Amino acid sequence: MRVAIIQFPGSNCDWDAWHAVHDVIGLPAERIWHKSELPSEVEAVIVPGGFSFGDYLRCGAIARFSPIMAGLHRFAENGGPVLGICNGFQILCEAGLLPGALIRNSGLEFRCLTQCLEPVDSTEFFNKAKLGERIYLPIAHGEGNYRLEANALAELEANNQVLLRYAGDPTEGFPYGNPNGSVNDIAGVRNLAGNVFGMMPHPERVVAPYHPCLDGIGVLKAFFAPLLDAQPVGLAG
Amino acid sequence: MTDTESEVAPTPALPPLPDEELRVEITDKVVEEHGLLPEEYERAKAILGRVPNLTELGIFSVMWSEHCSYKNTRKLLRLFPNEKADKNSLGQVLVKAGEENAGVIDVGDGWGVCFKIESHNHPSAIEPFEGAATGVGGIVRDIFTMGARPVMLTNSLRFGSLESAHVRRLFRGVVHGISHYGNCLGIPNLGGDVYFDESYEGNPLVNALCAGILRHEEIKRGAAKGIGNPVYYVGPATGRDGLGGASFASRELTEESVEDRPAVQKGDPFMEKLLLEACLEMMSIPGLVVGIQDMGAAGLTCSSCETASRGDAGIEIDLDLVPQREEGMNSYEIMLSESQERMLVIVENGREGELEEVFEKWDLHAVQIGEVKTGDRMVVRHKGVVVADIPAKSLTDEAPIYDQPIAEPARVAAARDWTPEHLKDLQADEVGEALTQLLGHPTIASKRWVWSQYDHMVMAGTTVAPGSDAGVVHLAIAGIDKRLAIANDCNNRFCALDPYVGAQIAFVECMRNLACSGARALAVTDNLNFGNPNKPEVYYALSHCVKGLAEACRYFDVPVVGGNVSLYNEHGKGAVDPTPVVSMVGLIEQAEHVTSSFVENGDETLVLLGGLPTELGASYFLQTRHGLKEGKVPEVNLAAEKALQDLLLSQIESGRIAAAHDLSEGGFLVTLAEMFFQDGDLGADLSLSSLGPSGRLDTLLFGESQGRVIVALKPEHLEAFIAAAKDLSVEAEVLGSANREGSLRVSLADELLLDVSTVSLLNVWEKAIPEIMNQS
Repeated sequence: MRVAIIQFPGSNCDWDAWHAVHDVIGLPAERIWHKSELPSEVEAVIVPGGFSFGDYLRCGAIARFSPIMAGLHRFAENGGPVLGICNGFQILCEAGLLPGALIRNSGLEFRCLTQCLEPVDSTEFFNKAKLGERIYLPIAHGEGNYRLEANALAELEANNQVLLRYAGDPTEGFPYGNPNGSVNDIAGVRNLAGNVFGMMPHPERVVAPYHPCLDGIGVLKAFFAPLLDAQPVGLAG
Repeated sequence: MTDTESEVAPTPALPPLPDEELRVEITDKVVEEHGLLPEEYERAKAILGRVPNLTELGIFSVMWSEHCSYKNTRKLLRLFPNEKADKNSLGQVLVKAGEENAGVIDVGDGWGVCFKIESHNHPSAIEPFEGAATGVGGIVRDIFTMGARPVMLTNSLRFGSLESAHVRRLFRGVVHGISHYGNCLGIPNLGGDVYFDESYEGNPLVNALCAGILRHEEIKRGAAKGIGNPVYYVGPATGRDGLGGASFASRELTEESVEDRPAVQKGDPFMEKLLLEACLEMMSIPGLVVGIQDMGAAGLTCSSCETASRGDAGIEIDLDLVPQREEGMNSYEIMLSESQERMLVIVENGREGELEEVFEKWDLHAVQIGEVKTGDRMVVRHKGVVVADIPAKSLTDEAPIYDQPIAEPARVAAARDWTPEHLKDLQADEVGEALTQLLGHPTIASKRWVWSQYDHMVMAGTTVAPGSDAGVVHLAIAGIDKRLAIANDCNNRFCALDPYVGAQIAFVECMRNLACSGARALAVTDNLNFGNPNKPEVYYALSHCVKGLAEACRYFDVPVVGGNVSLYNEHGKGAVDPTPVVSMVGLIEQAEHVTSSFVENGDETLVLLGGLPTELGASYFLQTRHGLKEGKVPEVNLAAEKALQDLLLSQIESGRIAAAHDLSEGGFLVTLAEMFFQDGDLGADLSLSSLGPSGRLDTLLFGESQGRVIVALKPEHLEAFIAAAKDLSVEAEVLGSANREGSLRVSLADELLLDVSTVSLLNVWEKAIPEIMNQS
């Protein structure tokens, strides 16, 4: 196993993430139960979407106390790549691994659609040149309204820590504009060091010919770039 | 009841119930309050050979309620074919209707599909959010109880007019409830159908469907077998919620029904997700689980007596061992509680530890509360005494069965001879306005407001999203290269005006929706939503709907593998329109056969199949233009329908059809417009040859004649397609072609009837429901 996908009680995108990583990106992946230790050989971690602990209290608020989180903190502090998707993003924010918080959508309702997004020139691998000017990724959340205090937001922007913004002219209707009221249209961010990513959209849902598009492959590859570059010749999932 | 039964010698009474408040005399009034008829009570007494105590009376009342016993519909339901006549075709029935919690059909390569629809109408009328949420929870449990991994949800919803603030509150609450529960479980919800009609004022219909997949050898049974095997209670603790819900669902809603709020359960989707994963994990351990049944309607009562009855065994449970979240619950309350997310599991004796280990991992209760016994009785103990001792089969199989008198409703007779002669035909310059009115009617308008609140993409298998003729999921989650399609249908207007034909239309339209998507229909699950069966007009509609549906099922060899009956759907002004919801599962073997209803390129040739529409009766046009809910219901020609669907499937499978959409609510122009609502930059230039046999413009453009489909073809396939249609004797009229100008232009002979931008129609259609819902 090179990629661990953490399974909390209530995670429900763990299989989807496993399928995308294992079968499409071609990296050996396994689901790891939240009461376990993070295996030492792991090279990257995905915190998948879902409703960990039923989203009781606040989204991600209980998951951050799970036994596996101590190991995840150490892994991230040592520069290990971590990607939180949807509820995973919420968990990483609650755990303090990413800045900001995600609150109720401005429209107060759950929103599921394939959303237009603009990648931001954030890292060597995650930028417009690699991903394109506009990409489409599914969103499915009730609490994706990204909030950050003004000074911290200015810092986040100054450091190019924004990965993705909701994009397009909202007067054109679906799938354009900001679906949840996020500040600065932010859909995904990274930490300052550049190894912890979080995003509300679901790249793992657009990786196969029967999906609405294939834009998720580029996003996942941008995250896994350090592993893919280091991948020995001949190793396949 | 036979004479010998009534001659059984009196049996000694049970000791007094341990809880003093239950020690009441069983008077006529107490019996009536339990919804039992005097003769039903007499039968219960004869079965026991003594007077039941209050707990036992409660048990009889829920098990013999319509909801659990189908006492008013059992005979009718036998008319449905429960297996395929052709034993060599795909889709053989592995578990039949009524045998278990849900039916199972074969989809090839050792895989089965388990699916069922169920109603939660009454709870949703009183408490829309919790009512709808627990409706989803209940049907999902029915599916994973069978050992299947749930892979899709849909809903069939009916509400009154959205002009009423109360109806808007119900609509919003129901959609929120479904969204809240289903999203958390992580099962894609592919939408379904939503109709708005005044007959549902005060009594909305909330039908929820779930489908799951499993290996043939993984099918689990709800049977208590193996004398001495332990009976486990798993899931959260029992409370006082949902007391007597099955009885509540089996009577009419009234102004006072709001006082029945305790009969509505409270759902916890997180708990259900844990239960789902824990149960599937437990069932994956070979040979561990002997029987399993969810505690749905009638809770612990139903699950204990049904498992014993199916297992031809007795069962004994001790209520002191049942986890309880409230103090001082008595035996009546514990037995009748409908607390959610609970299951009864019977495991192999000596392997209790394996079950307990799984549930410990998931932090769930798993407590042994009893065991399988010899004999045939359900024995319940509480505080050291026997509080109920009843033959299990008497509860499940011996409820009285009724034939109710029937009388043809006056509107059915009136509809038969209806013609549109007295109505002034539509003028050419009114076509655009009439189309706009229809596209803005909430029943026809975009349901994006509904399905964008459902996670319809989780599990990453959704191939055709909500909004097309059928929803399609790729079964990648199981690692198999198959696609499952689902469609729901039932136009209440047709069923109200001609129950027999209306139900057949629900069937053929559902099947046609699957065919338009490239799916071969396999089996049906139905939800019969009707009013009070003691009213002869209601029972007429019920029996004619069932007969019409049964004939269509037999004609197409598509069996019914399960479903639900919901009666007593009445409020204020009377019964809801007859609503036999038909849901059909189909299979698409190859990826390239998946077809949507949307034109994608702008160079396709459009062809109308089945002939020009000739009937205006019972249409939405009559409603939106003339305010009429009347008229002769369109005819169904089963043979023509079969030819049409054979043509669709053969041409989709030979790669000739780019998009297909059938004529339904709103007729030809609405169908045409909807085909361009994926991409407003496209349009079409079409021409109709004549008014057709009706000689009327309104009928041609907006009539709802059956067996009509518009297909879009690559121009190079036209010739071969037309030849194939001719071979099957399907009428095919070439209409013209799609354009990339974003305008829809339709003419009749040389007269231009419609010239409008696709986007302007799309806006009307897309904004209708959000604009209504934003006003409150």
